[in-house]
Amino acid sequence: MRQIAFYGKGGIGKSTTQQNTMAALAEQGHRIMIVGCDPKADSTRLILHSKAQTSILALAAEAGSVEDLDLSDVLLEGPNKNWKIRCVESGGPEPGVGCAGRGVITSIGFLEENGAYEDLDYVCYDVLGDVVCGGFAMPIRQGKAQEIYIVASGEMMAMYAANNIAKGILKYAHSGGVRLGGIICNSRNTDREAELVGELARRLNTQMIHFIPRDNVVQHAELRRMTVIEYDPTSRQADEYRELARKIHENDRKTIPTPITMDELEQLLIDFGIMEVEDESLVGQTAAAV
Amino acid sequence: MSITPPPASEVKDHNELFEAPEYQAQFERKREFEAGCSSDEVERIRQWTRSAEYREKNFAREALTVNPAKACQPLGAVLAGLGFAGTLPLVHGSQGCVAYFRSHFARHFKEPVPTVSSSMTEDAAVFGGLNNMVEALDNATALYRPDMIAISTTCMAEVIGDDLHAFIEEARQKGSVPPGYLLPFAHTPSFVGSHLTGYDNMLRAILEHLAKDRRGRPTGRINLVPGFDTNVGDHRELGRLLNLMGVDHVILGDHSAALDSPADGEYQLYPGGTPLGEAAEAINARATVFLQETATRRTSELVRDVWGQEAVTLTPPIGVNNTDRFVAEVARLAGVTVPREITLERGRLIDALTDSHAYLHGRRVAIAGDPDLVVGLLGFLLELGMEPVHVVSTNGDASFRERAEAVLATSPFGAGATVWPGKDLWHLRSLVFTEPVDLLIGNSYLKYLSREAQVPLWRVGFPIFDRHHLHRFPILGYTGALHLLTQLVNTVLEELDRTAPDHSFDIVR
Repeated sequence: MRQIAFYGKGGIGKSTTQQNTMAALAEQGHRIMIVGCDPKADSTRLILHSKAQTSILALAAEAGSVEDLDLSDVLLEGPNKNWKIRCVESGGPEPGVGCAGRGVITSIGFLEENGAYEDLDYVCYDVLGDVVCGGFAMPIRQGKAQEIYIVASGEMMAMYAANNIAKGILKYAHSGGVRLGGIICNSRNTDREAELVGELARRLNTQMIHFIPRDNVVQHAELRRMTVIEYDPTSRQADEYRELARKIHENDRKTIPTPITMDELEQLLIDFGIMEVEDESLVGQTAAAV
Repeated sequence: MSITPPPASEVKDHNELFEAPEYQAQFERKREFEAGCSSDEVERIRQWTRSAEYREKNFAREALTVNPAKACQPLGAVLAGLGFAGTLPLVHGSQGCVAYFRSHFARHFKEPVPTVSSSMTEDAAVFGGLNNMVEALDNATALYRPDMIAISTTCMAEVIGDDLHAFIEEARQKGSVPPGYLLPFAHTPSFVGSHLTGYDNMLRAILEHLAKDRRGRPTGRINLVPGFDTNVGDHRELGRLLNLMGVDHVILGDHSAALDSPADGEYQLYPGGTPLGEAAEAINARATVFLQETATRRTSELVRDVWGQEAVTLTPPIGVNNTDRFVAEVARLAGVTVPREITLERGRLIDALTDSHAYLHGRRVAIAGDPDLVVGLLGFLLELGMEPVHVVSTNGDASFRERAEAVLATSPFGAGATVWPGKDLWHLRSLVFTEPVDLLIGNSYLKYLSREAQVPLWRVGFPIFDRHHLHRFPILGYTGALHLLTQLVNTVLEELDRTAPDHSFDIVR
């Protein structure tokens, strides 16, 4: 059983990439469990064709405590009977209250204690945004995901987030053995994108494992709450996800990342002409003053 | 099956039991599994930890605290709640914390401590504790029928950012409590400050809550705030003194009845405490006298800045000078003269001090405890000609250092002292082994050092778990000083007898 996790800046297309990749792996007959680690509970909707799966924590709140739940209450399989994908969402509190990180810890603890990890080829964690607190590092603690895939694009903030996630992975790499499997570039059609993300990957001591071109078919599929693999299996985009799935399946380049400093990152963007050389005299000047 | 107990003469007590060969053999066998060092090695390290070299390392310690002489905020908040009539302290957080507060107080006061928790568990940690608060208020009002519930928090609620104000308002809307019910609350994160901070936060919240919209005709009264004072005899002693002086007063935060109630066959959930009506009138008093600084800092700001009242913060009236200042200040504020009876009490104390001083003069002392208690005791020790050497207060801050040093500077006997704010009892151990003293002063936790360093311990402060009834007697005022002197000099005399050779084992001391 391989345990992998997808991290990346919010809104970068993590969940879409993750579900399409898992669908492609499922096509090959792999047995999969997707663990959504985002309070929004939107990591499994394309597989299940549902709005948002009822989460472990929502059910626990209803039942009184996590101990009162059954695995069968929380693990769902999608309508596509050819795939062996089990889906679970950890869920979490409403915005502004409670502790979402603790929710992830509670949910994964529940799955472990109740034997959810049996008879599987892949476990895939889909984790919200950055590693903002200890709870969101739960999927990369010892005995959990051994490979991390960072979803990024050529935009500055996505790359900044990727570097931050690399820092999080490094922290756990020596104690828990987690490795960085690569950066997935989910294209935003920015300038010299593949080159730039490839260079960032190199600096982080990893690879750009795949470049997913931008294609509107993804939106069409999303609107129908489907993966592209299922919505339009013969499309070129479906093949891109199949290619990514193959590369992940065959990936033998798992490394300890070497995060770079903010200055290095900015220099990288300057080198690629994305950012202009900083002019200190302009810092803090209003439009009127300039 | 019935078991016949062995005759009393055959029952081994705790001391003897583990000296028996079967236990001794077991201890010996355990060493194999504990990766234990040889006895020689243990002894070598033990000696090394008493050295000056180790002291240096010990004081360079940054990321570790060993035996801090302090407790956490909600513990103080509970005590503040217990000081008001018909008040049930409710701690929003996990049950275990609150069980600890109850047992900690029960061990010191030897009394049951009515305090409830909102029993937050894992789901509350994730979703927030709103439901717990609503249900806790439902249950607490239905079961225990208090007149007021004083709400504080544990770390769990604080780390996840529970909003007490919003929760309480929502509980009100849901009808958990009758309209207008008294629900003062204070955020008391355990990882900030100490029990004194929590006491202060809760006391301020209670007074603010009770006195809201109550500004009215001046009462001419004096408010007295003893603070986090775990000698319940003090509250009675202060009341007695002020009554003797004919001062119309109210003690704000009087937990003496709640934590020292008579066994008359009937258990009362809320015996005594400051009546809520009188506490509400505190805003209309002439002045408020605070007898601790650290434990009432924010409360005194309320009185001074919000109520616009004269707020006087004194060193606790421990010993002659501190009590003189207290009596004089109260006399000034209330416009009364000091009655002869109090002057006589003072005279009897002075007489007793002179009787004992020969045995106390020049004795080197190490003291650890809450900052205000320590500052008060320092004054008393200097009056006796004792020489404070190590002055430790884990929850003492820069203001403590300043006050302690100011007191020490008033006497030549204070010249050899170093004040150590923020240090713990493991630091104190290094200090005592490298610069020996004749006497330790502090709470029960100092008994380990007392045994190891072979220095007698005079127990004063909080908590005192291992000696009975000390807390029932006052330590404040002239009468309190007499109690302190009695314990202090007799501790020294016990040691004198214990160590005296036959030719000096005198019948008269």
